[in-house]
Amino acid sequence: MSMNDPIPAIQARALWMRRTAFAMVHRAQLGHPGGDFSAIDILAALYFGVMTHDPARPDWADRDRFVMSKGHATGAIYTALCAAGYFPESWLDTYMGNGSLLNGHPNRNYVPGVETNTGPLGHGFPVATGIAMAGKIRGTSYRTFVLTGDGEQQEGSNWEAAMVAAHAKLNRLTLIIDRNRLQQGAGTEETSGLDPLDQKYAAFGWDVAMVDGHDIAALVAVLGADPGDRPRCIIANTVKGKGVSFMEHQAKWHHGVPNDAQYAQAMQELV
Amino acid sequence: MSDAVATTGLYDCRDAWARTLVDVAAADARIVAVVNDSVGSSKLGAFQKAYPDRLVNVGIAEQVMVGVGAGLANGGCIPFVSAASCFLTGRALEQIKADVAYANFNVKLVGQSSGIAYAELGPTHHSIEDFAWLRPLDRITVIVPADPWEVEQAVRWAAVHEGPVYIRLSRMPVPMLDVPDRVFCVGRAELVRAGSDVAIIGCGTTVHLAVKAADLLEAQGISARVLNMSTLNTLDEEALHAAAATGAIVTVEEACVRGGLGGAVAEFTASHRPVPVERLGFQGFQPTGSLDYLFQINDLTPEGISAAALRALKRAGR
Repeated sequence: MSMNDPIPAIQARALWMRRTAFAMVHRAQLGHPGGDFSAIDILAALYFGVMTHDPARPDWADRDRFVMSKGHATGAIYTALCAAGYFPESWLDTYMGNGSLLNGHPNRNYVPGVETNTGPLGHGFPVATGIAMAGKIRGTSYRTFVLTGDGEQQEGSNWEAAMVAAHAKLNRLTLIIDRNRLQQGAGTEETSGLDPLDQKYAAFGWDVAMVDGHDIAALVAVLGADPGDRPRCIIANTVKGKGVSFMEHQAKWHHGVPNDAQYAQAMQELV
Repeated sequence: MSDAVATTGLYDCRDAWARTLVDVAAADARIVAVVNDSVGSSKLGAFQKAYPDRLVNVGIAEQVMVGVGAGLANGGCIPFVSAASCFLTGRALEQIKADVAYANFNVKLVGQSSGIAYAELGPTHHSIEDFAWLRPLDRITVIVPADPWEVEQAVRWAAVHEGPVYIRLSRMPVPMLDVPDRVFCVGRAELVRAGSDVAIIGCGTTVHLAVKAADLLEAQGISARVLNMSTLNTLDEEALHAAAATGAIVTVEEACVRGGLGGAVAEFTASHRPVPVERLGFQGFQPTGSLDYLFQINDLTPEGISAAALRALKRAGR
């Protein structure tokens, strides 16, 4: 089934995902909320405005696939899958608890809707390349989307995948880069510079588009556009910690966790 | 049978692998091959000719090769990812752990030219650590076939088994083992030769050497039991109990003695039935030399194995 919610409904989903993800992180006192918040609008656009999928049939062969290569942003992927109906909301209360199905990095053997296990960076994009390759070999029409962090692009395996996907003309593969310009410890450009990412992917043979990664309507439009003849790279300009004033643009919120006062303030802002 | 085999009676196990893959691919359209510019070294020319659209060559890029394998499995294919063991298991170890084993995808990894097949090329190209790297990984079945018959059985089994597999192949010419009524069973050691004084446990290229060692021991009145322990990480405990019952064990492998077959057997005996275990294999990085030379200086010969058996018997007080 295809979920084509109207834009305001997708925005409402994204708000719910932010509030819920932050509640999970607050409860667990664990997580990566800065990266959750930079990615959540992208996931909301994909799951509720772009992809053809059926939460009742997570192993449906012709489903569109989404691979969460930045696997640490579980607050984003778990709330998206839960909102779509892949698992009950009660699971979220167990986030990272002893024996929980919701590990700190997603496990496809535990959680319906998770396409592959990620966590170590630079893994999801090669796997997504293989998924798109299988679609081409088997003559199916599904699309494959993969989201990496921007710091994650420092892993060399991504550039192996960039070459393979372009060479094989995997036009039904879309790479989205969550370009919040911060990695765990500092800015990407002061750590190991990535710019100009668009020119790099263009030089590797990809279609490249830039988008405001928090503009749901723009995200739905660019992610839902028909495939061309090459794989597509969408650089989503985002804000780490988007939506909470004291978290935005702060590297320390990569895996920072809120105290009670910070949580209360965030809930007042996320409305 | 090639002319070389007719002359020497020895087989390159890659021929059985390549032939069998074409066979199983004919029966199952989901089967694909994934290589890292290794069509020739994997002997996949015939496969490429038969199924050009089912051969994925990612170029010289082992991380994406294994990741693509996992993705192909997600998309409904059954990938056989074939590359030189040294690069497959060394460069892509984290992909093997996370994308294949932990994610539990139906990926078949086929290590080519394993052990010290690339002898003179040196330790960068030797794969003697792969047993230790892959043996502890959950879910992956590690199979080390000893001859062309077992290679064919392993490939056929992997093609229908749902789950990750690592098949470790050599290019060292080996004879066909002479075992009546053979049955391939993953997780079961093959009793190549009955014996009661000492047990010699090998895998892959060393099993036929163990048989020759048993001949030498027999001439001295010593009855040696020979086991082909081709499944490395689900050990045949019944066979190991019987081996330990002889009172002395020798392990022999084309791999590092730390963490491989010898390590696995020693773990078993230490836990269940302590008996002297002499472990033959490589102690570490190898000097420059031919395959024969490196086997010789590491006692991977009938004489070296039989001498190790005598040491084990002496340690056992016999």
